[in-house]
This record gives sequence, structure tokens and C-alpha cells, in this order.
Amino acid sequence: MPAVNTIDPAEVAKFEAMAAEWWDPNGKFKPLHLMNPCRLDYITRQIAAEFGRDLTARAPFAGLRILDIGCGGGLLSEPMARLGADVLGADAAPRNIPVAQLHAEQSSLTIDYRNITAEALAEAGERFDVVLNMEVVEHVADPLAYLTACQQLLKPGGLMICSTLNRNPKSFMMAIVGAEWVMRWLPKGTHDWAKFITPDELYTLIRNAGLDPVDRKGMVFNPVSWRWALSDRDLSVNYVTASVKR
Amino acid sequence: MERDADILIVGGGLNGPALGLALAQAGLRVVVADARPAPARAEAGFDGRAYALAIASQRLLAGIGVWPRLAGQVQPILQIKASDGRPGQGPAPFFLTFDAAEIEEGPMGFMAEDRHLYAAFLAAMADAPGLTLLSGEVVTAQEVEAAGITATLASGRRLRVAVVLGCDGRGSGTATRAGIRRQGWGYGQTALVTAVQHARDHQGIAQQFFMPSGPLAILPLPGGHHSSIVWSETDAAAAAIQSLDDAGYLAALRPRFGEFLGEISLAGARFTYPLSLSLAERFVAPRVALVGDAAHGVHPIAGQGLNLGLRDVGALAQVLVEAARRGEDIGALDVLERYERWRRFDSTALALGMDTVNRLFSNDNPLLRAGRDLGLGLVNALPGLRRGFIRQAAGLTGELPRLLAGRPL
Repeated sequence: MPAVNTIDPAEVAKFEAMAAEWWDPNGKFKPLHLMNPCRLDYITRQIAAEFGRDLTARAPFAGLRILDIGCGGGLLSEPMARLGADVLGADAAPRNIPVAQLHAEQSSLTIDYRNITAEALAEAGERFDVVLNMEVVEHVADPLAYLTACQQLLKPGGLMICSTLNRNPKSFMMAIVGAEWVMRWLPKGTHDWAKFITPDELYTLIRNAGLDPVDRKGMVFNPVSWRWALSDRDLSVNYVTASVKR
Repeated sequence: MERDADILIVGGGLNGPALGLALAQAGLRVVVADARPAPARAEAGFDGRAYALAIASQRLLAGIGVWPRLAGQVQPILQIKASDGRPGQGPAPFFLTFDAAEIEEGPMGFMAEDRHLYAAFLAAMADAPGLTLLSGEVVTAQEVEAAGITATLASGRRLRVAVVLGCDGRGSGTATRAGIRRQGWGYGQTALVTAVQHARDHQGIAQQFFMPSGPLAILPLPGGHHSSIVWSETDAAAAAIQSLDDAGYLAALRPRFGEFLGEISLAGARFTYPLSLSLAERFVAPRVALVGDAAHGVHPIAGQGLNLGLRDVGALAQVLVEAARRGEDIGALDVLERYERWRRFDSTALALGMDTVNRLFSNDNPLLRAGRDLGLGLVNALPGLRRGFIRQAAGLTGELPRLLAGRPL
């Protein structure tokens, strides 16, 4: 864990507290923790199918280089590393990097966390088998430029998983009114509904960026079981896609 | 820090080995710590202890490779008869009959002796790569860290794992060390357990007589001429009966047992178990989960204790294996809470349900007697309702873990 040793000791306690916050299933990031098993089901199955890996084996993703864009505290990077992948977690927010590093070290995982953007990584010539692009595209200023950078980051035959939020009256009620105003799951203003993207718009953007979309599924929250599940039909609010670089 | 294994299972009874086998077969590295020396029970002769395995439990045992090792050693339960009776009066007019022919899954369950079941588990564990059985080992301490839990054994050995699973019964040390409190109450009743030999063939029929002092279950064992009995009495009566010699014991049993199987004699050791309910306040804590009696010790009427425990085993194995395949930390509290949410309602409802059934039936009030005779008769008269009871008794209701539905993890 190279970078941990470079952290100012006075800062470590603060980072530990922030790491604990990121990883508290009932804390500030509860909505992400609730959604994580469903996202991971999709990601792991798509990677296994694309690269012919057996998820019942130990370290099934050994030998795969995976980029997690917007890694935050490492909620997706750590599972990928635990499955044997060589993981780079990138986040535009500098404060997330030492926090994620500290938690990975506590978990005996080796993950390369960097404060860098997708565009800068592409520029530097970094290449990956898989790019995880989860709940990021609705926050960027120029989605096509961003998705083009993601395309450049993939090796030929590589896989991009991209999730976002649909734009329609229902997603306004669920993601803005429900999640931000009523449940207070997310701070007000986390999402700008106007920047949400319909599945067809996303497919067009992905194609224009030079990738082939191959699959899309809805992610639906069940308020009775309090669980997220994948859906073939209901892409009305949250959804996730898989695309390959031919 | 490197881990010695993924999972430590505390308790080598039946739930612990079942859980260990399910997890090891799915590719996880498991250590099972059993307080007893291994061969003691496996080499024992017949002692009268037996289990009524629901169909769902049989499927789980098949799924983890234990069932084939019991070939020729189990008795299918073809019919269950429940009736209300009073000593010396014979059965009440309304009999409740459950017949295997009414559900599609074959027999309603199987009787298996403890010695055979345990030997089958030992053999399956010996053949399971990824599973290590530590016999004669007791956990004395457990310490939760950021990304693991370290258990200290009585031998001084220390094991660092991702999660500790307590299959260590009602007095669960795993629960106590995790700070999980429990609630419980006694019933003032004790179960007398033994086996009898009888002149007539039981024809695979299990009988449950609800007596004013508590239920008497007669459960068919292989061969046709042996049955296991679970006989509940008030604590004082049970102590008095247990202190009698075998002839006196039989003399007390005969009027309750009735004459439908002909002359009876004792064929096993005599055990007593005080009946009590013991519920853990929580089923999980950071890096700890409780299974079977450690989570919910129930009144053993209808033999639901092991069946309930195997439902926990199926659910927890599925939750942990799914989490491992997603790359999640299998000891994380949010992973373990999925198991708690899944099992808590089912097991608590069943524990309280059996408590109510027992209180209702252990009563000599003539009005209650009339009411339950009528109730049993009504259930018998309505095939739909009866099939529901049969499926419940066979463990086929609720959201079933995959192993209990006969599917692989």
C-alpha cells in the first residue's frame, strides 16, 4: 500500500472516520450499500460471460485489469479485487483516495487508487479489460466526450458497464422527490433530473463513442423486501448497460 | 493479515457440519470446531435418539452429499396421525390424518437415528476438500477486527477468519462473546425420550397424541418394529417416571401409548430434556451469525428443532455463497443481516406458534378439549386446509433456500 505511508499522521484519524462512514451499511451511504448487491450481480455476471470466467471458482477475475470510475470509498473496487482482478480506482474528489486506500489496507486488498479523471487516464495511455462506469454519466458536463474516453480506455474486446437514471416523470418522483426530498437518502441537489438519460439516448451515445451496446437491464427497488433486483422490463428509473469494444 | 480460513463454525452437532459441508462444497475454506472427540458418537450403538426429517431437510442433506450415505438406514414417514387423548380413554373421536398421498413430494418425511446421521456427517466431512474438522476444540475468545475476526481455541491455537458462525446450541458461547443477549422461558415440562420395540408393524405411520400433560409422539424407525418416542410430562411427573426402573417406566407408558402396536418393550436408553424456549435477541453481530438452537431453541414438539436449524443452514449458506461470488466481504454486517431478515420471522413465528399449540393442547379444560376435537375434525374434513398443514409439517412453505428446494447453491 504505497500511498498510505505518505499520509500526514494527523490526517489518518480523519480518514479512518471517513472510511468508517463510507462502509457503514446504515450510515450516510446506505442507498449505495442497498443497491450494491444488485449492481455486483450484474457486473460479475457480465464480466464472467464476456471473459468466460467461472464465478464459483476462487479468484475468477485473476488476470483482468478493471477500472472503477468514481470509486468513492471503494464499494465496487474492493469486491473486484477480492475476485482476483487488478483494480484501479479513480476518483475526481481528492479526499476519497486516502480513505479508500486505508480501507483496502484494512481489508488486506491491493488496489491502485488515484485522484485522476477518465480523460486523463485515457490520455496517459492506460488500458483495461473492464471499465466500470456506474452512476457517473448523469453527473458529467459532456457525456459523449466522457464515454469516448471510456472507449479509449478499453482494450479491444473489452467491456464497459454503465449505469444511470432514466428521464421521465416517474424517475423525477422516485430519484428526486423520493430519494432526495422524502427519504433524504441523498443530499438535495445530488441529481439534476434534466441530465438524466433515457436508455435509447444512452445507447446512441455509446454507439457514437465507438462501443457496441449488448445488454440493458432495469434495477428496481422493492420497498417491501427492501431489496434491489434486476429487471428485464422495468428500466423506468435506474438501469444498467453492458457494451463491448469490437 | 492473511486468513487461516474463510469461515469458522463453532459446534459440531448436526447444523454445524451441514453448514460446513454446504459452504466447503461451494468453494469456501471452512474450519469446524467440535467440543467432542470425533469417534465417540459415531461408534455408539443404538441409543434411541432419532430425528424426524422434513422433506425440505432431506433435500438439503441430499444436496450436501449426506443423504446417499444413509441408504437403508432411514424410515419414510408415510402418514402422520394427530389425535387428542387422555390416558385410559383411548383416542378422541376426531382423528387428524395426514397422508403422504395427498402431497406430490413423496413421503412426508424420514426418520433417521442420531448415530447414523452423525456417522454420515463425519464421513462426508472427511471427504470434503476445503473443510477441516477440529475435534475436541473449544473456542474461548473471539476478537472482531476491521476486516476479520480472530478466535482463540482452548488449545491456544488462534484462527483468523472472515466470519464466525455459532452452531453451538442454546447456551451459545459465540452469542455471549458477541454480546448477544437471549430471552427464554421454561414450560414446566420435560420430554422423556426413548425407543420402544413393538409386536405389530408401524407401517410407516407417525402418531402424535395430545395429552393433558403434554404431547406423546411415536415415530417409526427402520425395520417396522421399533419406534422412537418423545413423551412430554410436567417436570415433577417426568422426574418421577424417569426414576422408575424399566418395568415401572413401561407400566407408566403403556396406558398413554395404547395397544394399537401390540405388546411394547424398551429398546433404547432413556433421556430427559427440559422443554424451554430460548430466543437470541439478534441472529447476527459484526462478523458473527447464529444458527439453529443458538438463534432459537424451540420446544421440540413435532421434531421441528433440527428442521428449523437446517432451514437456517440453507439460508445462511446461500447468503454467504452469493456474497462471496459477488466479491463482497462475507463477514460484513449488511451481508449477515440479509440472513437475519430472511430467517427471523419464520423461526420466531414457528417458535411462538409451537408455544401456542403446546399451551392449547396441554390442557384438560373440557371446553378447550371439545374445541380442539372439533378443530382437528374440521381440518380433517377440509382437504385444502389439510394439505396446507402437511406442507407446513414437511417444511415446504415460505421462501425456501435453494438447497431446501433441491437445487444447488
